[in-house]
Amino acid sequence: MIQDAIHARFQLDYPGFSLQVDLELPGRGVTALFGHSGSGKTTLLRLIAGLTRVSDGYLKVNGEVWQEGREFLPTHRRPLGYVFQEASLFPHLSARANLAYGMKRAGDAAMGREALAQAVELLGIGHLLDRRPQQLSGGERQRVAIARALALHPKLLLMDEPLAALDLKRKQEILPYLERLHDALEIPVLYVSHSPDEVARLADTLVLMEQGRVRAQGPVSELFSRLDLTLAQDQDASAIIEGVVLSHNDDYALSRLEIPGGFLTVARLQRDIHEQVRVRIHARDVSLALDDPGTSSIINILPARILELREIEQAQVLVKLCTGAGERTPLLARITRHSRDRLRLYEGQSVFAQVKAVALMD
Amino acid sequence: MGFSEADLQAIGLTLRLASLVTVVLLILGTPIAWWLARTRSRWKGPVGAVVALPLVLPPTVLGLYLLLLLGPNGPVGQFTQWLGLGLLPFTFWGLVVASVFYSLPFVVQPIQNAIEALGKRPLEVAATLRAGPWDRFFTVVVPLAKPGFFTAAILGFAHTVGEFGVVLMIGGNIPGATRVVSVQIYDHVEAMEYGQAHWLAATMVVFSFLVLLVLYSLNPNQRRF
Repeated sequence: MIQDAIHARFQLDYPGFSLQVDLELPGRGVTALFGHSGSGKTTLLRLIAGLTRVSDGYLKVNGEVWQEGREFLPTHRRPLGYVFQEASLFPHLSARANLAYGMKRAGDAAMGREALAQAVELLGIGHLLDRRPQQLSGGERQRVAIARALALHPKLLLMDEPLAALDLKRKQEILPYLERLHDALEIPVLYVSHSPDEVARLADTLVLMEQGRVRAQGPVSELFSRLDLTLAQDQDASAIIEGVVLSHNDDYALSRLEIPGGFLTVARLQRDIHEQVRVRIHARDVSLALDDPGTSSIINILPARILELREIEQAQVLVKLCTGAGERTPLLARITRHSRDRLRLYEGQSVFAQVKAVALMD
Repeated sequence: MGFSEADLQAIGLTLRLASLVTVVLLILGTPIAWWLARTRSRWKGPVGAVVALPLVLPPTVLGLYLLLLLGPNGPVGQFTQWLGLGLLPFTFWGLVVASVFYSLPFVVQPIQNAIEALGKRPLEVAATLRAGPWDRFFTVVVPLAKPGFFTAAILGFAHTVGEFGVVLMIGGNIPGATRVVSVQIYDHVEAMEYGQAHWLAATMVVFSFLVLLVLYSLNPNQRRF
């Protein structure tokens, strides 16, 4: 377990900004460094890449020490891939030559070729290789840049808001490729983002950063439903639930999902039976009832227990619930303070959660 | 009428001097430009100012101090004598040294501007793609800052061809060794050989025009990252 992890400890003091982190990150899967601008997430990524250097730092990646005391492995000796926020292709080289630039320096030609072929396929850029960066759209450029990082066959992939510089349409164009990456890659990925939506779709683990410090760290579904964190207090606050496709009902165009300790019925998914899916239930789409409403137009009525109540605005109360046998599935509901008092809701109480909408994440 | 034997010798000497000086300046000026573009040291201002001094000083001032420095009683002069190289003033190599100082800002500044315009990002990208420092310089900085290097080389060359005052102070007027075109023109005028002077002078005008034409037609398309 210790071998299979990233351990990072950094301290940095600039005028007006300081960063102090001591992190143990999983050695696989996508870890999102999440926070507002100025929270230090990009700085942390640069420290890990060795692009920013501090004298007081320690970094060990999957058993290899990259920085300790006076020892400092320069960026070009670190087996990493880095995707920058804006298009960073070399303008004097074609897309193909951009890909080759890193590949031929990373050594092991055979492995590189295989990694390249896989990256080109994964990102769908086969037809773009002979073009110059100036002839590519923003989204295409970013796809080539991601492939360029993957072709290095890195042991760690660092991505600094790779979608931030793109408009919504381009984002939608790239997201499916990133999701494929998430499923196909066996290396750890650190993904800097300030978008809850991207994080909910792509990340397994979440590191929440505030003012140069780590505020919280844990599985995405857990942090999204923690009422003391900003994520749950957001307008788009939601619970993230992992499920498996159980069956389809083509008559009514519905699909049934199995979630930890329960079931959800959603609009027909274009997914195979047994496929893993991630869904998101917004807090504003969940209402609460004391008795089983029985006959109702709402399909998903889940028995749940109240774990926590928290007033977030003058009129609003956020409720954290858990549902299903074993109470393993978190759920958030946003109700009015008036309703809370009228229903006399209290922590530990059993209620029924009525879910008006379920959004598929990936 | 055309070029006399002495004219041709002066032209050959001038081209040899300017080519050599350009090469020396590119090798010497690039690290200085790099440092000036990248440093956050408090010496950036003073060093930048020293490099730019030849832009504003009369060539005679520069020539005088170089003469004192390189002369038999100057520290550099004593050093070159100790090395067994003799004295530099009034030799071709003395001219090379003087011209390097005189044309330094014309080479350093375009390169510095190009490197500054490039920014740090392309170098960071190259580093994440496993390129070491020298590798980054030759595969990223040189191709992307090419217009800057080109401008620097042309300006350095042309400015060396066009110098007069420093040459006279340091080089004197020795045929085949220090008598360059500008001095040769001066000699023709002194000897009232206006026809000869015209030939050389007109050649200089055409040459300078062509150089600047090349420069201006190259620069509008400067590529940016």
